[in-house]
Amino acid sequence: MALNRRHPAALFAVLVVGLGTTGAAYAAVSAQTAPKAAVRTETQVEQGKQLFLEGCSSCHGLAAQGGSDGPSLIGVGSAAVDFQVSTGRMPLAAPGVQAMPKTPSYNEAETAALAAFVATLAPGPAIPTEEMLNTSNAEVALGGELFRTNCAQCHGANGVGGALSQGRVAPSLMGSDAKTIYEAMVSGPQSMPVFANSTLSIEDKQGIIRYIQELQKNESPGGFSLGRLGPVTEGLFIFIAGLGALIIAAVWIGAKAK
Amino acid sequence: MSTTEESILAPAQTAPATKGGAVAAYIDDRLASASFTKRLLDKVFPDHWSFMLGEIALYSFIILLLSGTYLTLWFNPSMTEVIYNGSYVPLKGVKMSEAYSSTLAISFDVRGGLLMRQIHHWAALFFVAAVSVHLLRVFFTGAFRKPREINWVIGTLLLVLALLEGFAGYSLPDDLLSGTGLRIAEGIIQAIPLVGTYVAMFLFGGEFPGTDFMPRLYSIHILLIPGILLGLITVHLIMVFYQKHTQFPGPGRTESNVVGFRLFPIYMAKAGGFFFVVFGITVLIAALVTINPVWMYGPYTPSQVTAGSQPDWYIGWLDGAVRLTPNWETSILGHTLSWNILIPALIVPGIMFTALGLYPWIEAWATGDKREHHLLDRPRNAPTRTALGVMSLVFYMILVISGGNDVIAVAFNLSINQITWGFRVLLFVAPPLAFVITKRICLGLQRSDNNKLLHGYETGRILRLPSGEFLEIHEPIGEAERAKLLAKADVIPLELPSAVDENGVRNPKAAKSIARAKLSQWFYSDVIPTPTDAELREAAHHAEHELHQAQSHLKEIESH
Repeated sequence: MALNRRHPAALFAVLVVGLGTTGAAYAAVSAQTAPKAAVRTETQVEQGKQLFLEGCSSCHGLAAQGGSDGPSLIGVGSAAVDFQVSTGRMPLAAPGVQAMPKTPSYNEAETAALAAFVATLAPGPAIPTEEMLNTSNAEVALGGELFRTNCAQCHGANGVGGALSQGRVAPSLMGSDAKTIYEAMVSGPQSMPVFANSTLSIEDKQGIIRYIQELQKNESPGGFSLGRLGPVTEGLFIFIAGLGALIIAAVWIGAKAK
Repeated sequence: MSTTEESILAPAQTAPATKGGAVAAYIDDRLASASFTKRLLDKVFPDHWSFMLGEIALYSFIILLLSGTYLTLWFNPSMTEVIYNGSYVPLKGVKMSEAYSSTLAISFDVRGGLLMRQIHHWAALFFVAAVSVHLLRVFFTGAFRKPREINWVIGTLLLVLALLEGFAGYSLPDDLLSGTGLRIAEGIIQAIPLVGTYVAMFLFGGEFPGTDFMPRLYSIHILLIPGILLGLITVHLIMVFYQKHTQFPGPGRTESNVVGFRLFPIYMAKAGGFFFVVFGITVLIAALVTINPVWMYGPYTPSQVTAGSQPDWYIGWLDGAVRLTPNWETSILGHTLSWNILIPALIVPGIMFTALGLYPWIEAWATGDKREHHLLDRPRNAPTRTALGVMSLVFYMILVISGGNDVIAVAFNLSINQITWGFRVLLFVAPPLAFVITKRICLGLQRSDNNKLLHGYETGRILRLPSGEFLEIHEPIGEAERAKLLAKADVIPLELPSAVDENGVRNPKAAKSIARAKLSQWFYSDVIPTPTDAELREAAHHAEHELHQAQSHLKEIESH
């Protein structure tokens, strides 16, 4: 019966060993499937290349050298790829003056693979790290000043966007997360200029992001914001709602006399 | 030589019986105000909702004076640079003028300050909107005709002053929008040929923006223009009292009477109540809806500008005109003439306001009409005037909409360049089209009025006769409507004088009268005459006969 008799600690030992191996295996696997943005693996680059050849090369060229339908991607860096693909701007929905955001066509892993592949072509601005996007210590007032000096002339002081020439637009920033804003600043997509670290330091960029986050809170101490479009919607409102209500009142007062 | 004047104070004849009477007698013994007050309170005003549009403007002005006074207690129009340390965190530590920081303080740190600021700003939009719509009412009903031409000019001046006053107020907070607006104003002043630069330097006390202009603008905004506005509004109202209010045609209403209610008690109650309605709606809007969130725009620095920089709506047409004008410039002897600013910001507005102010005389000259008019025209009965008005309004509206071309481009996914070109074309094509269409609509409505007079209104009851014929039953219109329709005065256009007199000698004075007659014929040649008495009698007779016939047919049908 000795075979049947187990040491009282055996159950615990089995549990410890079982949990330990599962945990270690999980840690190993998860480290593989979710690499840090800056770390790229050979398989990821390989996967990215495959995705690029299937989905992007018809416009950007088999070697990403560019062509009549799309620009060269050599040296644009992973930040540009992540910005364009994760916001759905690429692949292009339709040819036009500007790529517009839509539901992304690639999932996170595929986007990361594409970015990793393009980053191998030549050095370029990289996807920002978590640390670079941490705005908890950023100076919001400085960010506001920089925002009004560098961003407001296109995106508006309210960050709701504005018109550029020939149908191009500076999009609203109200739905953009920190990473997207950062990548836009370093990669300068479409009509936007590049704000390299020599122009705006990392701290400056963090300040700007912090200020945009402040705008995104949409605290409107004065009441309904009317889309933050300024005097245009205010004027429409006073004629339609304001004067409309007063004329109804005037008709009512006039009619009571009869 | 000395002149004797009778004392205005007549001693009371009998002792008043009540306490209130005693107070009234006490005041009257000293001010002799009873007969004046009685005349005032007995004044009769006609009733129509559109006569209250001017009242909205007046009440908004009162709200502006009250809320503006509150704002002056905290606003500091100084360009001295300070570092902001108030409660709005995203601007903490930012350098700004005291003007802007005190506006922020009013918005965030003064009790009721933000509400008061929003009341003041919304009331300003209301004021100019009400003035404009009141102007349209006066124009389209012909209320500017003799003897009210002077009051029309005063009204035009009030409008111009209201625009300046509003723009001054918009510029005072020294935020990014107001500074951009001032920069454009400075550019417009500089565009005046020869003297522009000197005038701009004189007004701003040196280079833009400088530190002198804000306090100057403040005095203009809170003292000079409101003072003139108040004086002109008083004259405007006294003239309405003195000349009596116009009225729409209707039964019992003639050129020599006013049918309506006395000021006291009916109009005191109505107007007093309406003041509170205007006040209430203004406060309600101000409490619920943001206007000009200055804290979002940041302090003004000449190096910054924001997308979507727009003036308040009433300056929008000027902004639109500037946006539509191509970048024309000529250089003469080393001096630049900026047509791109001169035309839209000075020449076109100059022509528009001159034409507006002179319109009563232009029309009187064309009609040769020297009579007084106390009965209003229905817009359809003055087709050329109505069409001219709609034409100008369409022109103005295209300019206003062009002022928001960037917002339209973003909101509707359009190209701002294409919108601008579209509006450039529309600016010249749409107004003449509007003229023709409006005139046709007016003439059509006149014909329909004549039909109503002659054949009555369509009841919508269709009768089918045994023979298969269909008859629509018309019934005569009511007395009130009949009086309204018959009040239309037919104007006969002036005849073209011949260029030579009976001896065949050329008449040197003919050219002017030919021009006048041509204008008159353009105004009135396609007028549709109101039916004559004989025509009306015949039509009434005919209608009676028809009705009788229809009734006999009905009986016939029922008996089967």
